[in-house]
Amino acid sequence: MEITKDLSIPKLFVQQAQRYGDKVAMREKEFGIWKPITWTQYLQNVKELSLGLISLGLNDGDKVAMIGDNRPEGLWAEMATLCARGTAVWLFRDSLMEEVKYIIDHSDTKFMFGEGQEEVDKAISIIDECPKLEKIIWDDPKGMRNYDQDYLISLKEVQALGRELDQKDPGFFERIIAKGHGDQVALLFYTSGTTALPKGALLSHWNLLRMGKNLMSVDPCKDTDDFVSYLPFAWIGEQMMSISCGLQIGFTINFPEEPETAQENIREIGPHVMFAPPRLYEQMTRTVQVKYLDSAWIKRKCYALSTKIGYHVAELQFEKKSVPFYWKLLKWLAYAVVQKKLKDHLGLSRVRNAYTGGAAMGPDHFRFFHALGVNLKQIYGQTEIAGISVVHRTGDIKFDTVGIPIPETEVKITEEGEIISKSPSVFLGYYKNPEATKETLRGNWLYSGDRGFIDEDGHLVVFDRSKDVMTLRDGRPFSPQYLETRLKFSPYVKDAWVIGDNRDKVVAVLCIDYSVVGKWADEKKITYTSYPELSQKPEVYALVEKQIRQANKDLPEVARVGRFINLYKELDPDDDELTRTRKLRRAFVEKRYDDIVEALYSDKDRVHIDTTITYEDGRKSHIKTDLHINTIRD
Amino acid sequence: MVQFNEVQEGEVLLELEDIHMYFGRVGALAGISLKVRKGEIHSVIGPNGAGKTVMMNCINGLYRPQRGHVYFRGQNIDRLRPHNRAKLGIARTFQKVEVFGGMTVLGNIRLGRHIHLRSGILSGSFYMGKTAREEVEHRAFIEEEIIDLLEIEHIRDKPVGMLPYGLQKRVELGRALALEPELLILDEPLAGLNLEEVEEMARFIIDINEEDRWKVTCVLVEHDMGVVMDLSDRVFVLNFGNKIMDGTPEEVQNHPEVIKAYLGEEDLYATRR
Repeated sequence: MEITKDLSIPKLFVQQAQRYGDKVAMREKEFGIWKPITWTQYLQNVKELSLGLISLGLNDGDKVAMIGDNRPEGLWAEMATLCARGTAVWLFRDSLMEEVKYIIDHSDTKFMFGEGQEEVDKAISIIDECPKLEKIIWDDPKGMRNYDQDYLISLKEVQALGRELDQKDPGFFERIIAKGHGDQVALLFYTSGTTALPKGALLSHWNLLRMGKNLMSVDPCKDTDDFVSYLPFAWIGEQMMSISCGLQIGFTINFPEEPETAQENIREIGPHVMFAPPRLYEQMTRTVQVKYLDSAWIKRKCYALSTKIGYHVAELQFEKKSVPFYWKLLKWLAYAVVQKKLKDHLGLSRVRNAYTGGAAMGPDHFRFFHALGVNLKQIYGQTEIAGISVVHRTGDIKFDTVGIPIPETEVKITEEGEIISKSPSVFLGYYKNPEATKETLRGNWLYSGDRGFIDEDGHLVVFDRSKDVMTLRDGRPFSPQYLETRLKFSPYVKDAWVIGDNRDKVVAVLCIDYSVVGKWADEKKITYTSYPELSQKPEVYALVEKQIRQANKDLPEVARVGRFINLYKELDPDDDELTRTRKLRRAFVEKRYDDIVEALYSDKDRVHIDTTITYEDGRKSHIKTDLHINTIRD
Repeated sequence: MVQFNEVQEGEVLLELEDIHMYFGRVGALAGISLKVRKGEIHSVIGPNGAGKTVMMNCINGLYRPQRGHVYFRGQNIDRLRPHNRAKLGIARTFQKVEVFGGMTVLGNIRLGRHIHLRSGILSGSFYMGKTAREEVEHRAFIEEEIIDLLEIEHIRDKPVGMLPYGLQKRVELGRALALEPELLILDEPLAGLNLEEVEEMARFIIDINEEDRWKVTCVLVEHDMGVVMDLSDRVFVLNFGNKIMDGTPEEVQNHPEVIKAYLGEEDLYATRR
């Protein structure tokens, strides 16, 4: 298929729907059964919805926001918006009221799709402050019986309006699709922003389609493939798989029943391609590690042996050496006895390409998946370049790099060490923010704000965000992210925050994984009642220290963690400590926990915490506790 | 069996008349009368040991009071055994969850469906015609109405014994709902739940009371005053087997004897922090 400037996403959508007809476009698990939706039904639903939006008064370029779980209706709403020549804005489902208000207001959203009562409640509470918001459209009737505001309308009613318009003017939909052009804005995407308020990146149809085309030329997918859509649509990675690639290839998109059942549903589907941020792979690793600790002796032995074989073979492959036949035989054995089952449980048995992106992933996790025989690749990109620009190639994987640029993409390093890139997918600019646009887009080059270099094989190595790179005691630059991902390889550590810029030693603040450490404590007969209490147990400190020593190994002495503290709570996006994609907001936590940082650099062995936390329902709780500080001695 | 009339919304669905219940020489209920109207949530509150659970047991037939009568849809049901009362549409949950721990969530809920199964042992053992048809029908009901309502998709196939307490309570509610009851007795559905679970459970109770699909009349025994006052249409206050009063939540909150006997001098809504 040729992607031209004349092609828009709706044009491609109609073409594909006609081409595939009764083939399954998407599936949703509902009431315990996978229900298929064909391309014809997909087109019909989108057509009615988009005509409905037009009858409600959607004009060219108007913004339509969407919030809710991954479900067919969400994708229909987005596609309908594009067909009606509007611009789609996606919000994270768990966004706080403030964020929703900011984005709805800043983006000049006219209509908003919410899934059900929860989203509608959010919308109702902000509608007075967002005068441009006219209608709120919902699709799940559960709990909606007592709502009678006249700005509320159900998806079905909108579709009925669409059908009316279609009867009055049968060729209208086709005409409006034909007007589409690749240079029009398709998405207004708000970047999570580790420092400031979210910025809205404008992406055109051409940006998105071209990026999908280029990625697919590296790792082709087939129209018989299955893909599970369970990550937020407000994340560019999900857009890139479901829209940019999915539409071009025509693979089947599967929606899980509920967010809680996603892992189980992935296993039922067995997707061929997968793209997830590192935390999901980290979670999988942790699940395996914990189950391993829990299983019987014989199973542990088998697993340990097969992992050893797996690691060795993966190592040979990383080094691009040929694998001798007896290792191949052993690998097959390991596969037959352990890995086949394990991959099946993780839903990875059919995966051809698994991608990770959006944040850094530790080499240990990388090795782990390759040892299992999963072709895991790193992706690098930003929202501003429609998702991705750099990816690993099969058989050319180095776990400390992010791979080489996809076709039509140039990546360079500036003199300051900043990564800049140029491709047809570079965005149009930030919405209503010319200063930021000027700073990021300079002469067609996208300035990423990441520091990195290109190694001898032409692979891009991303060091860290420029502003995050630390200077160690001996003047060497060091990436805190690298150490954090190493620490997070331990199943007991959920989050890590490494500090040490221009300081005499490196220190860390750690958040234990409540369920894993809790289970460990149960077995050790250590009693606890809450996260704060468990985190402060001396035994837990000893356990965490062991994990740190493990991560400290093979690091230069100056980069080793010397002192650490277990935080009394988990880091949480709701408290602004992490972004929605779970990246650490360093500047924020540094300010928030300045007394802890200060204590870590003093010679005190405890720090007093006296703080008030506010729960989501507005209740406040006063926390008064002493946190221990441990020094790691060699 | 006796013929039972349909009861319209607002009419009396369940009536207790002068119930006396003794255990040996200990009086548990001393002349209790209660009228529950269709469509209402009627709460029963009182200090521990006031006789609330005894009262519930009298309603669903676990206990047979020495004196007094129970009427359901205007008919005397004194002589009906608990399972026959269940057939009439009286379902309940228990203060301490009474689920089958070794069975899956789905299994527990299906069990509640038992009284609606019509096929015989023969067609059941060969899974023929009627049984297969029935199973499909009931499956749809369980999945679409109960599992979806109570949001327990992710635990369908898990053994109930392995679930946290809050979810077990939800499963028990699901099993009671599978009966498609007209009257639901909830015996401390919120006890032992954390704040989030309380909010969810309260939402489910409102849903089954208000949603057109369900419209279940509820008798709610609960200690969480905030929830009781928010949810109930009427509140019945019990103390040492005696009725203190029966009225709207506002009346109850302002009744001096209630405040003294049960609620204390504190702010009513301050029971949960």
